[in-house]
Order: sequence, then C-alpha cells, then structure tokens
Amino acid sequence: MGLQQLLFSAILLLGIGFFAFNVKRLIRSIRQGKPVDVIDRKKERTFAMIRLAFGQQKMQRNVLVGVLHLVVYLGFLIINVELIEIIIDGVFGTHRALSFLGAGYDLAIALFELFAFAVIVSVVVFWIRRNLMHIKRFRSAELKGWPKLDANLILIIELVLMFLFLGMNAADYALQLRGVAHYSPAGSFPISSWITPIFNSWSDGHVIAIERGLWWAHIAGILGFLNYLYYSKHLHILLAFPNTFYASLDPKGKFENNATVTREVKAMLAMEAADPNQEIERFGAKDSTDLTWVQLMNAYSCTECGRCTAACPANQTGKLLSPRKIMMDTRDRATEISSSKGVKDVAEHTLLDHYISREELWACTSCNACVEACPIGIDPLSIIMKMRQYIVMEESAAPGDLNAMMTNIENNGAPWAFNAQDRLNWVSD
Amino acid sequence: MSELKIKTMAEFLAEGQAPEVLFWVGCAGSFDDRAKKVTKAFAKLLHNAQVSFAVLGKEESCTGDPAKRSGNEFLFQMQAMANIEVLNAYEIKTIVTTCPHCFNTLKNEYPSLGGHYEVLHHTQFLKQLIENGRLSVSGGTFKGKRITYHDPCYLGRANEIYEAPRALIAKLDAELVEMKRCKRDALCCGAGGAQMFKEPEKGNKDINIERSAEALETKADIVAAACPFCNTMMNDGITQHNGSSAVKDVAQLIAEAKDL
Ligand code: SF4
Ligand code: SF4
Repeated sequence: MGLQQLLFSAILLLGIGFFAFNVKRLIRSIRQGKPVDVIDRKKERTFAMIRLAFGQQKMQRNVLVGVLHLVVYLGFLIINVELIEIIIDGVFGTHRALSFLGAGYDLAIALFELFAFAVIVSVVVFWIRRNLMHIKRFRSAELKGWPKLDANLILIIELVLMFLFLGMNAADYALQLRGVAHYSPAGSFPISSWITPIFNSWSDGHVIAIERGLWWAHIAGILGFLNYLYYSKHLHILLAFPNTFYASLDPKGKFENNATVTREVKAMLAMEAADPNQEIERFGAKDSTDLTWVQLMNAYSCTECGRCTAACPANQTGKLLSPRKIMMDTRDRATEISSSKGVKDVAEHTLLDHYISREELWACTSCNACVEACPIGIDPLSIIMKMRQYIVMEESAAPGDLNAMMTNIENNGAPWAFNAQDRLNWVSD
Repeated sequence: MSELKIKTMAEFLAEGQAPEVLFWVGCAGSFDDRAKKVTKAFAKLLHNAQVSFAVLGKEESCTGDPAKRSGNEFLFQMQAMANIEVLNAYEIKTIVTTCPHCFNTLKNEYPSLGGHYEVLHHTQFLKQLIENGRLSVSGGTFKGKRITYHDPCYLGRANEIYEAPRALIAKLDAELVEMKRCKRDALCCGAGGAQMFKEPEKGNKDINIERSAEALETKADIVAAACPFCNTMMNDGITQHNGSSAVKDVAQLIAEAKDL
C-alpha cells in the first residue's frame, strides 16, 4: 500500500471515528429526556417522515425557497454517492474505480456535475437572502453571534465543496484528454469541461498536483463537514428524519394529559386508591432534563430557520417570546448538562430563568402557529406548556390574574366570578 | 319574539327521554354578554331545525381549558373528571358547542380521562343540518355584503376545521373576503392560552390590534367569528381602530338571515 493510500485510510477512519463519537454524544444528550410512548402508528409515522423530511412538503410553502432547498438537499445526497468511488480510489489507489459501469457511469457523473452547479446557484441565492435582504426571521436577536456565523459557514462550506468537486473533475478531465497514465478516460463532464481549458498551458505534473490537491481537499472537506454537523444547526439533515417520524400525529389542539396528575386526582376523588410507593416526580419542566427525549431531539433538530418565530403572534407584536429561541435554549442547556459531567456545577443554572424567562413563557397564546410553521415537525408549544406547569404546580407562581381566574374555576366552576346557579340566565336575558 | 324554551338534561331525564344532542354552552356562552347572544342565536336555530337538545344548566362547569393552558394540570383534570362524571351519568353521546376551546378540550383531552363523546363545533353541526335539509338558509339580508372570517386557533390549526364555517357563510350569498393571513396561517386574536384572563406581556402592540387591522384591511362589512373569545378580542380591536365592521358569530349571521 502506497503512502497516499495509507494516509487516506487513516484520515477516513479518523473522520468516521470522530463522527461516531459525536453521534454517541448526541444520543447521550437526547437520552437525558424522559421516556415517552411514541412507538404506535408506525405506518402513519413513516408516511409523515416521507412527506416532511424526504419530500420537504412544508418547505414548498414558499416555492422559490422550497425548490432551492430541495436542490441543495438532493444535490448533496446525490453528489455524495460519488463518495463510494472516492473511498475505493483512496484505499486501493485506483482511478475512478466505478467507471467499468460504462454509459451509466458517464451519466451519473454528468448528473452530479449538473447538481453541483444547481447547488452553487441555490447556495448563492440563500446567502443573498440571509445577508443582503431584509428578511425579518434572519435578523432576530437569538441569531446574533454563533448562529449567524454557523448559518453562513454552512453556505460557504457547501459552496467550497462544490467548487472542489468541479475543480477536481476539471483537472481529471484535462489529464484524461492528454492521455496521462493512470487517468484513463471515464466520466462525462458537462460543467467542469468549461474549466478544463484553464490547464491548457500547464505541465502534466502541475495538473496532476492540482488534481490530487483538489481530490484530497474534497474528501477532507466532506469528512470535516460531517464532523461539523454536531456543532451546528446543520444537524437537521440527519435529525429531520427521526424528528418527523416521532412528531405528534394527533390534532394540534390535543395537549397531553399528565398521567401522574391523573392518578393523584383519581386518588383525591376516591376513584382509585393512592399508591404509596409512587415516586413523586416533578410536575412540569424546570430544566431540560424534565422534558421528554422527543422534545430534546426537537431541540437538536431545529434548523434555526425562524419560520415559527415569524408566525408567532406574540413575537410579531414585540413580546419577548420567540419559539425558535425556546428550541435553541433547550438545546444549549441540554448540551451544557451532557458535556459538563460534574466539572462545573450546572444545577444552579436551569433552563427556566437562566435561559428562558417567565415573561417569554407567559406571552404564549398557545395558538399553534409555530407548530404549524415548522418544516420538520418541531413543537415549541409543548415545551412552553410544560414549563408553565412547573411554574404553576410546583411554585404556585402564576401571574396574579391567572390565579384569580383559577380560583374562580375552583369556587364556582367558571373562570369569572359568576354563580353556577346563574348559568341559564341567558335564556331570559 | 316568543320566549325561548330550553330544557336541561335533568328535565329530559325526569320525562324519561333523551335528547338528540347536548348543547354545551360554555362559561363565555353562559356569562359573557356578547357570547350570550350567540348562545341564544344558536338555540333558536336548533329549535328552528327541530333538533331536540338539552343543556346542563347549573350542572355544567368549566371544561378546564384555561386552567390547562395556564399550566394547572391538577385543576384541569379535577374539572374534567367532574364533568365526565356528569356527562357519563346522563349517557351523553353527542355534544355540540359554540366555543372552540370547549370543543377542543371535550373532543381531544377528555377521552383519555374516560369521556368519550362525539363532539361537534356548532359550525359543523349547522352545516350538517343544512345538508340534511333540516335547516334552510337564504341570503336576503346579507346579499352583496362583504364578510371576512377570522379562524379561531382552536378550531382551525388545532383541529383543522376551516371549511364548515366558510360553507355557512357561503350560504348567505355574501362576498367572503379572506384576510391576508387565513386558515392555517391565520393570526391568533390574542386570547388563547389563558391570555384572555390576564394582561398581555410587554410588547409594542396588542395582538388583537394587529389582527383587527388585518380584518379592517379587507373592507368587510362584517367580521365573522366562531369563538366567544375571538369575538370579544376582534370587537375590542375594531372599536379601538374606530372601525365600522360589525363582529358577529357565524350562528348569529345565519339566525339573522332567517330573521330569527
Ligand atoms: S403557540 Fe405560543 S410560541 Fe407558538 S406561535 Fe403561538 S404564541 Fe408563539
Ligand atoms: S422550530 Fe422549526 S420553524 Fe422554528 S426555527 Fe426550528 S426548525 Fe425552524
């Protein structure tokens, strides 16, 4: 095995190994969440996943963005088929090992190139939308700093990878045309053949160096990108799938009934004997560990696109609440806990108050606009509701007006101070 | 106008009879002045269609929706179980209600606590009555009027009922004009999630002001509502904008068209 092949194998193993390590970290973070029963209705779930994640159905609500996003996504998937060949070539020192497929191979390479070009166009449009156009959802407070840089880095990396791919093909094609040994004719290059003439006056050695350099940069770039995912909102390209699979299939108005409360209420109404062994768990959520694993997976899947926040009536009218921030805060807090391992005291520092303020939580109208808007089935509202439950049931710290309303319900069965005896007064009014 | 005759479940039971449906009036429908008019209009329509219906009267209690959306799961479940006990004792099968919050809670959140009923929003029920030929509507009064319809969150997005209320408006021969944001994209009126019962959080505008401005942009003569809270919110917003559009529930429009 040559030095190049050895080096390649080592880098490949390292890249994949570190990725596996990150996946494990991710799973550990998500597993901090409480269990939840979501293994029912597999068929419907699969169907929802196909519609939302593969089909990107909700993305198509804005046709331009929807189509461009689909191009980038499909382009990425399809071009990465080329990885199979890159790995074979890298490990065995072959040149375009799959070219024995003949016409099918030529067609595939041509398709990859066309997609690469389309991806470049789409990514440029996305960059312009994000940075030059005044689109409100790209300009919220929670996007300052890392999230903004992250979004732009992703676009730049995608752009660079596509150029590396096309450049590599262009140099390869130049060498094929010259009949240089090892570079036997294979593939068809509708886009990169436009670049090839650049190399006309170069010596074979220089073009080989360029071809090798770009080839290496391309594969290194892909492995790097794979490992960048964990630190980025780009994780959604993987998590969108389980996320849409496990999203609720019920009507959006149906909020889960807390089973512990049900048992206690039944005991109180003497419908069931109280279970003395029952562990008293915390009601609602004070911290990310009080949420379910699906809610945590939601947080890690969030693309930070802000469609939820753009649709949120509270946010639109200047309130502090932003459902996107709810998801980002939840993720950041879950990561803080899973990566601290007792190094730092994180117990004093909870999701409630340190990340998400009460003012944000009390601004929500439970209108479900955020849930409806999310392209990948994230439910920020369920987290808001769970945190309200903590505030009300564990701390009895609801806003005064709401306490008055609840007292009315307790005393006279209506949120206002009216007497139940008067319920039929409307008849004669 | 003749005196409205409303029978309670208790009265039905005493006569050894069972009504076709239970009309769940709801707290707003029982106590709020604007909503009481909707209750009345709907009851008249039921009479007109010769639907045998009962109410629970003083045996009805808050479904618990505002408690649940505030985060008080205890109070919600206490309310729910007490209501379920009453409903099950009367062997209720079908419930119709003019409040999307009651509708959503009864339909979606009561089953896992032991309350299984067919639950209909009044716009769905009225649509059925028309389709079955039990209720007839002709436009007369509203001919040529512009009507816009505000989707309540708990009817629309929460339960994906967008067409029934629009089908009823279509019967009025009026011109249905949609707001910029409608159906699944409709903007909330600002009342949900127990906001109705508290001051809004700090912001630069109240949500109902934003939404009612959008309604006024349609230059509609009438803003049709299908929820007692939306009704109040939209009416307040339009008043603050000095707008001239009237806010009315779909049931009121149908009743008016029938001169009831
Ligand atoms: S449910 Fe709450 S957070 Fe979501 S859009 Fe409505 S008000 Fe905003
Ligand atoms: S929750 Fe959904 S809509 Fe909101 S920012 Fe995340 S991915 Fe976008």
